[in-house]
Amino acid sequence: MFRTGSRAAYGFAVALVPTHMIKVEGLTKRYDRHVAVDNISFEITKGEIVGFLGPNGAGKTTTMRVLTSFLPPTSGSANVAGYDVVENPMEVKRRIGYLPETPPLYPEMEVGEYLTFVGQLKGIRGPELAKRVDEVAGRCAVKDVKNKLIAKLSKGYRQRVGLAQAIIHNPDVLILDEPTSGLDPKQIIETRELIESLAGDHTIILSTHILPEVEAICKKVIIIARGKLVATDTVENLTARLRGVETVAIEIGSRDGELDSAAAQTKLEQVAGVSRVVHKDAKNARHRFEVESLQGRNIRGDLARAIVEAGWDLNELHTAALSLEEIFLQLTTPEQEVAKHV
Amino acid sequence: MYNALVIFKKEMNGYFRSPIAYGLMAFFALIAGWFFYVAVAIFVQRGMEGQMTGRQMPMDVNEWVIRPVLSNLSVVGLFMIPMVTMRLFAEEKRSGTYELLATSPIRDYEIIWGKWLAALALWAVLLAVSLLNIGILFMYGKPDWKPLLVGYLGLLLQGGCLLAIGTFISTTTRNQIVAGVATFAICLLLWILEWVSAYETAAWAKVISYMSVLTHFEPFSKGVIDTKDLIYYLSMIFLGLFLTKRALESVRWRA
Repeated sequence: MFRTGSRAAYGFAVALVPTHMIKVEGLTKRYDRHVAVDNISFEITKGEIVGFLGPNGAGKTTTMRVLTSFLPPTSGSANVAGYDVVENPMEVKRRIGYLPETPPLYPEMEVGEYLTFVGQLKGIRGPELAKRVDEVAGRCAVKDVKNKLIAKLSKGYRQRVGLAQAIIHNPDVLILDEPTSGLDPKQIIETRELIESLAGDHTIILSTHILPEVEAICKKVIIIARGKLVATDTVENLTARLRGVETVAIEIGSRDGELDSAAAQTKLEQVAGVSRVVHKDAKNARHRFEVESLQGRNIRGDLARAIVEAGWDLNELHTAALSLEEIFLQLTTPEQEVAKHV
Repeated sequence: MYNALVIFKKEMNGYFRSPIAYGLMAFFALIAGWFFYVAVAIFVQRGMEGQMTGRQMPMDVNEWVIRPVLSNLSVVGLFMIPMVTMRLFAEEKRSGTYELLATSPIRDYEIIWGKWLAALALWAVLLAVSLLNIGILFMYGKPDWKPLLVGYLGLLLQGGCLLAIGTFISTTTRNQIVAGVATFAICLLLWILEWVSAYETAAWAKVISYMSVLTHFEPFSKGVIDTKDLIYYLSMIFLGLFLTKRALESVRWRA
């Protein structure tokens, strides 16, 4: 990943294309009283399909709205295709296609007319416009209803028209907010297939609160809950990690201010029962780790002993309050049940 | 500016695909026809009275028919304009299509211009409907067309000013009815402020009366274009559209 410094340093560096399509750093969005998104950071590489997973009200929509330049962040930054969402909203908007949770449709328009209108909004002109409308209508299987009023369309068709408007200007990044919510099982499968078929050309983020959906189409998953980032990993890794894992959060410091995080990590990994150690962050020589173990191993005593014996300060040690497991439970609600509630 | 045109066309479509435009046109035709009929009836009666008493009074179609009709239409405008503007932003916000506009590479002022111009165009269409009656005057008489033109310019400007205020109010809510009622309240207020000039001539009363849209329409209905009235209307239009822009920005920041 290229930091800002290396990108503009020399002439040859200008030609380097950043490998990340989306870069979010320390993003926080605060409303009047509550914090919707709390210090989230992640990166998404070009061409990836990423699932944005979290229970309802976790802050998925807010994050997506920031990425589309619809809402400005309270603090932190978000970068889409190399452009900052606050400083260069126009460039960002040119490069994203966005499908909000309810497709933004005008019921009094015909499908073809609507797609033409959106195409014009996105800056497509002249003969190219009709060509693009035709192409996306074909791709999203709405060609047969092109002359129908949107008001008369079924839910599945509306969703596909919504997708068609999102890809009409062939955007680099596609942001889809709950693209399958409220659809029947057959429509869900069709929509998923459609999204998968778009994967090659676009970087896609799709939000969902249904775990199987992520497993079905996403390579990578970002889990957030209550505004906080819980995990970023591939689907296989996550599933493996989530089977009976207990997480302990610790903070280690040292009196002389010097602490080698790699050494600390190795030390922690050597503790009996530990299966995985993640270095979260470091502030003023205080390092925070997340240590995972199998359930029921109760490694906390051993961990504390190991740290103290190594001559470090143990500032904090507790079972992670926001355990993956807990969120996983919420997310593994069977799809049918969720569909019933929608 | 191309983007504003795209929005303009979409809004015009919205008006003429739904019953709104036709309903307003029918209602306006009816009202304007009634005003015209009453004005002409009074005019004819006065003419007959003049002949019977033998005193020849100056009979002027502009003065006795066109002017009262235009004045009445300007009042009707106060009632119609909320119906034209109430959906402009409230509907987009309610249905979520505002998110599409706000995440497209198009600037706020282009959206605002497109929408306001479309509302103004609909208002112009309504005014054109009332021209049918005036046409009859030209068939049977020789009214002076210059004050008539000025009168219609006044109606257009007054409409533009109230439409700008209505556009602003439409951004503050996602409920069309609320937007409509609030716009109507403001329109009504801007109308009745003028009444104070009937009994009070102090400085404060002049200020209040100056704020009324009706005060500034009077000269237009007489065929007089006064710079101070033009400035009033144009600055009100600017104020309304400026507030709309600010309101859209605040929606984005507060959300």
